[in-house]
Amino acid sequence: MGFMHLKPQTHSTVITYAIVVVAFIVVTLLDGMGLISNSLSGQLVPICAYVSLAVSLNLVVGVSGELSLGHAGFMSVGAFTGVIVAGCLARMGVESELLLFAGSAVVGAVVAGIIGFLVGIPVMRLRGDYLAIVTLAFGEIIKNLLNNFYIGVDDAGLHFSMTDSSSLGMSQGTILINGPKGAVGIDKISTFVLGVVVVLITVAVVLNLMHSRDGRAIMAVRDNRIAAESVGINTTKYRLIAFTVASALAGMAGVLYAMNYSTVIPSQFDFNQSILILVYVVLGGMGNISGSIISAAFLTVLPEVLRPINNYRMLIYAVVLILVMVVPHTKVYQRAADALRERFHKAAPKPAAEGGEADE
Amino acid sequence: MSKLTDFGKQRRETTKMVPVPSVSIMPERDLGSAPALECLHLGIEFGGLKAVDDFNITVGRTEICGLIGPNGAGKTTVFNLLTKVYQPTRGTIMVDGKDTAGMNPAKVNQLGVARTFQNIRLFNTMTVEENVMVGLHNQRHCGLATSVLRLPHHWKSERWYQERALELLDIFDMTGLATHEAGSLPYGAQRRLEIVRALATNPKLLLLDEPAAGMNPSETADLMENIVKIRDTFQIAIMLIEHDMNLVMNICEGLCVLNFGKIIAKGTPEEIQQNEAVIEAYLGKQKGGEA
Repeated sequence: MGFMHLKPQTHSTVITYAIVVVAFIVVTLLDGMGLISNSLSGQLVPICAYVSLAVSLNLVVGVSGELSLGHAGFMSVGAFTGVIVAGCLARMGVESELLLFAGSAVVGAVVAGIIGFLVGIPVMRLRGDYLAIVTLAFGEIIKNLLNNFYIGVDDAGLHFSMTDSSSLGMSQGTILINGPKGAVGIDKISTFVLGVVVVLITVAVVLNLMHSRDGRAIMAVRDNRIAAESVGINTTKYRLIAFTVASALAGMAGVLYAMNYSTVIPSQFDFNQSILILVYVVLGGMGNISGSIISAAFLTVLPEVLRPINNYRMLIYAVVLILVMVVPHTKVYQRAADALRERFHKAAPKPAAEGGEADE
Repeated sequence: MSKLTDFGKQRRETTKMVPVPSVSIMPERDLGSAPALECLHLGIEFGGLKAVDDFNITVGRTEICGLIGPNGAGKTTVFNLLTKVYQPTRGTIMVDGKDTAGMNPAKVNQLGVARTFQNIRLFNTMTVEENVMVGLHNQRHCGLATSVLRLPHHWKSERWYQERALELLDIFDMTGLATHEAGSLPYGAQRRLEIVRALATNPKLLLLDEPAAGMNPSETADLMENIVKIRDTFQIAIMLIEHDMNLVMNICEGLCVLNFGKIIAKGTPEEIQQNEAVIEAYLGKQKGGEA
């Protein structure tokens, strides 16, 4: 059975994984040959984090059809949980960076998932614009809460305060999270390989979910809520599943992101960050996983590549964003896309129209 | 075509209808078991307007029952009440002997009521096959973790969903369209797909809201055959709203006529055809046409 004869679903899944793997191999090879600049190689982990965030947000926005504006909030929950877990594990004498990362990533994902679930319970009672505004609010609430958290660890265990770092009551421990100053002294254990693993896990979870019983239910609710209810689907439950899974994956990406810097502060994970991730999803195409991957990677790299012309950097970035939105709607582009599609999908004929009926 | 008695000439035989203790009639053969549907004093108000009032009906376990009436009579509202899209203001709905009070649409479906919609509601971006697979959702379980980890049970379930979906699509000879996008289907095929999707939920009562709307006469004839075939194969009750009097008079066993939210007549097609109130509601007092 040739590649072109696979089901369209399998077809696009294979392409999505291939994009990630090929990108990984190419970057590794280029890096080995010394062809990647310092500033760009510093961006490799953030690119992976943003790709994961875009893919997981696509599960909410594209697959489940709900506009969420609080994705950075769940990312920060993961990031700060990861920092705490890594700090505790390090204190317990765990030295393996892989173990530190894996432990942080798993706990970060679980905690972000739980927060996502709790936030989702009230949020999923809403729809459309109202839902978007409330997710925005929850994103800000999470950020402001984290701004007031002081967490430290010493031999006695974890210490927590919401006033200041001196009231933690530790004699000789390490302060892990220091209110608005954020997490300091993080072990920079994220690597490009770990980043690609996180991306692959995220892509696998989202794609496997999409092409399963629960995924079909989620998409059915998106396509037509009333019809989905009429075939016995609990719409709230499935919207909540999508939201929770996306939050957990955002948490994991947050861990990856945080572990790449020595300091992260809560105000990094603000509304702008959520919008940035949403831009990746919208430009990549709603529900289109490979599109999210490409657009997130491209738009994270672009400002770095444009650094030599620093003054015009953000101007060009903005123009590119506008072009990406406008060009697909031009006739020239559509004709070219149709021609390409015809060339590759000759095997799939349109259904024969039945006589004597008007289209709806 | 000016008289109601002109319709239903191809009817094969007349089902013997007997009065049942509550308020209605149902086929004699269904007497032994609980009715598929029983409504008592069902009503709903929209801001003082009684859209449906004192609606009583009993539908036998294998009955094909027609709900007819002029436009705006409240027929679709009755369907929306039965499926709990609207919560009734008063009255009870018993499905298969169980009260549906307080249930939401999903629960009512799980209890055994499936429906189609007057303005087609398919999952347009999904394939024909996937639409039916969504209908099969509650017929087999496969957990979230099982699916995400792609455990053997996931693959077994997927194969089951797919095989079952194709079997159901075969009722309407639609297996060839399985991989097409539902939204791209011609109108008639979309209507048929909605019926297949509803059947996939394994209902005891199937509600069809204008199944023949937009179909040409030959398609309508096929549809009539298929509705009877579905009833005979699955042994379920079917309640349908339809303006095509030929379809209604030929395949319905019991009829219920609604006007201004109230039942104005109930009975066999023959009785309804003779009923003065119905003729007046449909045709007016003078000569007119309605089909």
